[in-house]
Amino acid sequence: MKYVLMFIETEEFATEFAALGPAEKEEAYRRVYQWFDDHADKITNRGSKLQGRETATTVRLDSGQLTTDGPFIEGKEVVSGFTEIEVEDLDEALRMVKTWPACPVIEIRPVAEM
Amino acid sequence: MVRDHAGRLAGALVSLLGDFSAAEDLVQDAVEIALKRWPVEGIPERPDAWLFTVAKRRGLDVLRRQQNYRAKLALLQPSEPPPPDDRLRLIFTCCHPALAREAQVALTLRVVCGLTTAQIAAAFLASESAVAQRITRAKRKITDAGIPYRIPRDDELPERLSEVLTVIYLLFNEGYLSSTAERAHSRDLVDDAEWLTALLHGLLPSEPEVAGLLALIRLHRARTAARFTPAGDLVLLEDQDRTAWDHAAIADATALLTRTARRYHAPGPYQLQAAIAACHSEAPTWPDTDWPQILVLYDMLLTLQPTPVAGLHRSIALSYVRGPAAALAELDGMAAGLQQYSLFHATRAQLLRDLGRAAEAHEADERAAELTANPAQLGLLNERLAR
Repeated sequence: MKYVLMFIETEEFATEFAALGPAEKEEAYRRVYQWFDDHADKITNRGSKLQGRETATTVRLDSGQLTTDGPFIEGKEVVSGFTEIEVEDLDEALRMVKTWPACPVIEIRPVAEM
Repeated sequence: MVRDHAGRLAGALVSLLGDFSAAEDLVQDAVEIALKRWPVEGIPERPDAWLFTVAKRRGLDVLRRQQNYRAKLALLQPSEPPPPDDRLRLIFTCCHPALAREAQVALTLRVVCGLTTAQIAAAFLASESAVAQRITRAKRKITDAGIPYRIPRDDELPERLSEVLTVIYLLFNEGYLSSTAERAHSRDLVDDAEWLTALLHGLLPSEPEVAGLLALIRLHRARTAARFTPAGDLVLLEDQDRTAWDHAAIADATALLTRTARRYHAPGPYQLQAAIAACHSEAPTWPDTDWPQILVLYDMLLTLQPTPVAGLHRSIALSYVRGPAAALAELDGMAAGLQQYSLFHATRAQLLRDLGRAAEAHEADERAAELTANPAQLGLLNERLAR
């Protein structure tokens, strides 16, 4: 089954990460790359890391194409990246995310078959 | 009777059809028909075969109407229910951590115990449509989110088993606390919880915590006859007629607990709670209770499971070992996490009364009464308030 992993940042995590020194940041990225390498056989689309929520723009087509600054939901937790995987079932996806070395929340969503 | 066969049939059909939701629907239909016909026609000689035949017939009806299921038609051809017991996989699927707790409970009762939606609704004082919706949503999630029908891998088993035990414990608690004279005729969830734990113990005989939960439930059930007055009022452990306890059941449960402790040396929260219950059950009278031993067990429990509720119970034991003043000091130190908990205030009231602080005790009892909806507990508190 295909799933999209949505990586979610909390305010706390973002603040802590911003406070890291260059060497610590590099080490954090290295661990993330390592995770992607370790699970390369299950990752069908590495997806992307997204820029911060302050860069988001939301367009509401149902409200007269209203364009607004900011993410569509204001909250303390925001999606900061995504990756598509193909695994046997939810248990395998759960095993995989348990070793994720970065942001503290992950949403696992099955991909709809069209 | 239905319970002994429904889960087995569900397990077999899920394996056979590879479709959790469809299999579960068939079993539910068969159970509904059995509940209507068995009381009138008598229980068939082979209830398992009877249920399988009814489920099969229902399945064929459904499949005939749905062309895309035609491939599955062939799978229903065997005329005998397949022998292996698949209920373990069934339990782990129903209690999968990706399902909401309420859905795990409802699904386990319906799929593994073979309760009807109406019976579950009655047991939890919920509307039938709410329960039905909860089950439908959970079944859809199992299919759509890819929740597997499988026994977890060894490295995942402890975590997943603890999830299953939590569901059963919740069921037990719900049944135990809500069992009053008024609801004596409603579904006995305590009985379902014991049955499920015994089933699990049979399927996973070398899991010490399963044995621990089984002993815990049996020790509590052994006191049932003494827990209520004929008028339906709750009788506290202290005041119970200990000759009315089922001493044979207590001996069996205690033996199971001792055997488990000796064999595995792996005390977990359920074994410890059972050991505490065993201490109470083995005391010939209330003053004979081995409080120092109980206190040690609570200390062990708190190391494993530092919850406010365990702390509350420990402070009760402490009051018998070191006196009410020491216990009250401990209890007040934990107040923040327990404010909304009726038993916290009722316990404070008891300690304050022991210390001769009657006005404060009265206030605490009032607060305790505000926080419980359970008629038996309310009756007891109101009686104290009236004194």
